[in-house]
Amino acid sequence: MFTHYDWNAITANLAFLWDGMVLSLGLAALAIAGGMVGGMLMALLRLSSFKPFAIFAYLYVNLFRAVPLILVIFWFYFLVPVALGRPVGPFYSALIAFVLFETAYYCEIIRAGIQGIPRGQMAAALATGLSRWQAMRHIILPQALRNMTPVLVTQCVVLFQDTSLVYVVTLRDFMTSASIVASRDFKLVELYTFAALVYLVICLAGSSLARYLQHRTAMR
Amino acid sequence: MIEARNVSKWYGRFQVLRDCSVSIARGEVIVVCGPSGSGKSTLIKCMNGLEPFQQGEIAVDGISVGDKRTNLPRLRSRIGMVFQSFELYPHMTALDNICLAPEKVLKRSRAEAEAKAMGLLDRVGLADHARKHPAQLSGGQQQRVAIARALAMDPIAMLFDEPTSALDPEMINEVLDVMVALAREGMTMVVVTHEMGFARKVARRVVFMDEGQIVEDAPTEQFFTNPGSDRAQLFLSKILHH
Amino acid sequence: MSYNWNWGVLVSEPYLGWLISGTQWTLAIACLAWIMAFTLGSLIGIARTTPIGPLRWLGTAYVELFRNIPLLVQMFLWFFVFPEVLPRDWGRWVKRDLPMPEFTTAVLCLGFYTASRVAEQVRSGLNAVPKGLLAAGQAGGLTLPQIYRYILLPLGFRIIVPSLTSDFLAVFKNSSLALTIGVMELTAQSRQIENYTFQGFEAFTAATVIYCVITAIVVVIMTRVEARLRVPGLLGRQQGAL
Repeated sequence: MFTHYDWNAITANLAFLWDGMVLSLGLAALAIAGGMVGGMLMALLRLSSFKPFAIFAYLYVNLFRAVPLILVIFWFYFLVPVALGRPVGPFYSALIAFVLFETAYYCEIIRAGIQGIPRGQMAAALATGLSRWQAMRHIILPQALRNMTPVLVTQCVVLFQDTSLVYVVTLRDFMTSASIVASRDFKLVELYTFAALVYLVICLAGSSLARYLQHRTAMR
Repeated sequence: MIEARNVSKWYGRFQVLRDCSVSIARGEVIVVCGPSGSGKSTLIKCMNGLEPFQQGEIAVDGISVGDKRTNLPRLRSRIGMVFQSFELYPHMTALDNICLAPEKVLKRSRAEAEAKAMGLLDRVGLADHARKHPAQLSGGQQQRVAIARALAMDPIAMLFDEPTSALDPEMINEVLDVMVALAREGMTMVVVTHEMGFARKVARRVVFMDEGQIVEDAPTEQFFTNPGSDRAQLFLSKILHH
Repeated sequence: MSYNWNWGVLVSEPYLGWLISGTQWTLAIACLAWIMAFTLGSLIGIARTTPIGPLRWLGTAYVELFRNIPLLVQMFLWFFVFPEVLPRDWGRWVKRDLPMPEFTTAVLCLGFYTASRVAEQVRSGLNAVPKGLLAAGQAGGLTLPQIYRYILLPLGFRIIVPSLTSDFLAVFKNSSLALTIGVMELTAQSRQIENYTFQGFEAFTAATVIYCVITAIVVVIMTRVEARLRVPGLLGRQQGAL
């Protein structure tokens, strides 16, 4: 069925596509790191007993979760240069958009993880004389993080897939590179099929890891 | 009525039932007891095909349970079962719980099913609770609804799987009373329970199981006064001396 | 930071009309794709819980395939690749005669993709129904389809109402990807206003507010639905869908 297609277009442009993949992976890695740190802080704010913190985090999370990622990318592509008064290029504005956007999603995962630990654990920790922060740091968070590792991994896979959306600001990630080659050489079928397969292999690996971790967590 | 011959069952390589044979005649009440993990629940779940078994044969009213060609839903519709944790359908009222199988399996009309259900609820003392959902009832009440649900199918026999083990102590008797009344009416019953008072009152025989085997199958009086095996003696001494 | 505010741009033509039309396209895509995803996803989710091996395998393969390829890539596959790999006549029909090709493709793509998410929810909902209820249904003589119809599905779907709400909100937001194949939905319109007027702040704020308001409306409606479906005494209100 695919025999009359020209797969050389892929091999001929492998270096170009590879550069795109490096950018995709780099953007994903930075966004994951930033999103997780942000998400952790936001989750602590969200669960804080100091109301203004909790309200701020609630509004932040629900605002970002109500709008499409593409709109957020547009927002920061427009906003960052205006705020800084000089052009910064699509990479940094996309990175900021991803970190702030993912912070909201990681926050919800981490919050659910923390709330999933039985209340008795906190009570027991406090009863032994630990402070609330110590109890969180040594008793609650370690258990919560272990339980939510599979979901965090799944979110990383989702984030990696979402990096393809930088296409809308023509940042040259893997997807955009594939599409550039596709339209330049008019090899749409070949390039998009190839892109789909590459993403599928990487994301299946990530999903399998998540499932394995899930299984291991469930066994405990 | 229920005939089990040389039934053996494995979970993987672990054998849960070893060569179990037991026979229950029409109108007989049998109590099955034994330590936890002895296979008693598994045995009665084999009797209506809820658990498959690998060897031996079970026949209910002459119909083989293990036979692939047997229409299991039809066979099960003729045997009532009551579970340890009630297993009432939480999204339905008590009345709807009782009416579901008569309507969908026996194709009775709603009016007919409801009339019968109300009669049964009255009989277990819960007519006022017909429109409540299970979560609004106490454990003892839920279990009585579950008994009514099983009776609504006009079963030829009833299986009870530890019907009082999940109940608070003060609720056990309300359930046992219903069961005693049922036994006295001549219902064929197989009851997995540790309620030895119930066994003494209505059981014709007691079957004692341990490690997947039927160790003893004796008339009730004999089982209590003169158990034939050391294991049964040990078990009795543990549960009776409180 | 120098920026010339002009909120008036939002209520002047043609920009107001663009926002309204964009909102309509967004809602149209989201609703149609959701109907498709809900139907297809429920079937696949059910298939994944049946005891029939090949059905389960197919369901799993579907979910894994659609969840592990970025939605943008799927959009391009449906739009650019799919008509090419069809038999020649069909491909020509898709390219020439398909009504509203961008819109239709977007709906199909989002429908197929979201179905994989719905299938996962349905499966987990069905698996969350306690196994004992299944046994109770079997013991009552219900057949497997009847058990699904009266016990598993009503309970399973109740459990996943909040997750389904977030899946609907996801397809609502994901409809923005339709802009990559040229549908002028809400996000695309706000970008277009920015391009024409350089009033990005106002344009994106308008789109953001519209997304938030619609999300809020959906959440309020679904909270009502959830409360209405809630079984008395059971399954307390879970965390909000947002």
